[in-house]
Amino acid sequence: MTPSNNPVLENALVKVRGLTFRRGERTIFDDVSLEIPRGRITAVMGPSGCGKTTLLRLIGGQLRPDSGFLVVDGEEVTAMSRAELMQLRKRMGMLFQSGALLTDLNVFENVAFPLREHTALPESMIRDLVLMKLEAVGLRGARNLMPSELSGGMARRVALARAIALDPMMMMYDEPFTGQDPISMGVLVRLIKLMNDTLGLSSIVVSHDIHETLAIADYVYILSAGKVVGRGSPTDLSQTDNPWVRQFVQALPDGPVHFHYPGAAFAEDLRL
Amino acid sequence: MLELLQGLGHWTLSGLRRLGRANIFMLYVLGGIPLCVRRFRLVITQLFAVGVLSILIIFVSGLFVGMVLGLQGYNTLVDFGAEESLGVLVALSLVRELGPVVSALLFAGRAGSALTAEIGLMKATEQLSAMEMMAVDPLHRVIAPRLLAGIIAMPLLAAIFSAVGVFGGYLVGVGMLGVDDGAFWSQMQSSVEFREDILNGVIKSLVFGVTVTWIAVFEGYDTLPTSEGIGRATTRTVVNSSLAVLAFDFILTALMFNK
Repeated sequence: MTPSNNPVLENALVKVRGLTFRRGERTIFDDVSLEIPRGRITAVMGPSGCGKTTLLRLIGGQLRPDSGFLVVDGEEVTAMSRAELMQLRKRMGMLFQSGALLTDLNVFENVAFPLREHTALPESMIRDLVLMKLEAVGLRGARNLMPSELSGGMARRVALARAIALDPMMMMYDEPFTGQDPISMGVLVRLIKLMNDTLGLSSIVVSHDIHETLAIADYVYILSAGKVVGRGSPTDLSQTDNPWVRQFVQALPDGPVHFHYPGAAFAEDLRL
Repeated sequence: MLELLQGLGHWTLSGLRRLGRANIFMLYVLGGIPLCVRRFRLVITQLFAVGVLSILIIFVSGLFVGMVLGLQGYNTLVDFGAEESLGVLVALSLVRELGPVVSALLFAGRAGSALTAEIGLMKATEQLSAMEMMAVDPLHRVIAPRLLAGIIAMPLLAAIFSAVGVFGGYLVGVGMLGVDDGAFWSQMQSSVEFREDILNGVIKSLVFGVTVTWIAVFEGYDTLPTSEGIGRATTRTVVNSSLAVLAFDFILTALMFNK
């Protein structure tokens, strides 16, 4: 279903139009257009290096596109000043792949960090808010630990509590499941779904973990070679004939994305 | 030959680009100084890291430099029967030159390299990106307090270095070699001037503080976010800031003490 005949996409929180972005000679995005609907979980999937994380950084205004524009909640990110971007980011939350916790602060202070920076709340209220956020991710009891004392899964949950500290309108998750054991992965899948539904967020999940992501996503984009090669609901994608999408969803080793990196013929290389 | 010229041109252009980036970076960082004044606690934390933790190396080095000055100065002055001027020689050498310069070189090695590595690692572990996404400007919140702390700490460390150095010279000259105690201090008191000697030394150490800390924080912020990139940036901090300190020392000495 295209945006023009889909009312959910028509009222999208994020609209990307004609986005082109290059790093040196390499084109990461070539005239990409997509929409992130409000109140849903949208997954952006694709093979490693296809620009999924770059898309999040473009939406957050950390990178500027070479051409095209991005609109977030009616405001054009590409035309914003630094001060305007900072205002917009107060309404965005982002979970980084590594968690990106501030290593010189303990768990409590990490979650309190955005509250201390952007509000003048009294200490007692900051304490209550931080404990509520930590309770939501199940780590209230770990508030005095330092980031170096946390497992990878715990660090991401603390980072999630920090990202929702200011009650953002949207959450961006950068590879939230990578390198997690099955229990941590299950906890994160549940938390992302729960946060989105209970807090009324709009979520963008960038991932290449197919099963976990498709289990919670309402809408999916598949990127490859700088283009959107597939879009639709998880059910639509499982039934598609598109060879790009089939290769990705069914984890096929060869297809439009070749197993072999381009090079001379093998026999030629062996001088046969 | 053409390749050599091409390489030279490329090196010059990339150096100029880097210098331009460093200047723009500094302008943004200076925008964070009001935040540092409002929340001076951020600067105090950094003053501990770059200043207090550098005191030991400054103290020990100052003591030994002063002792060497006392020994070498005595051996030279005694040939002219002027060993009672040892106090002047030690004090002027320290407050005019060795205090600001050697403490700046030690500061670059101890605190400058730590600043670069810390900021580089924050970049590599996406802590700076995370701050940006939390609408907190890392140039104001992370870099500006470190820059201000470096600028405040450097003259204080240089003063400690000079004071301990004078004491080291006293220990050797008066304690070991028998120079008259009263002559050592009274000649120093009558010959060392506040404006000409001490104030110029403080100005030098302020300039070195700005230079070393600016290079250190810029190298950390501009580093490639890999372990190799951080290693190279740390080395560049020590090498570039040491060379800059020595070059500025010559310029400042020529301006301040040229009769």
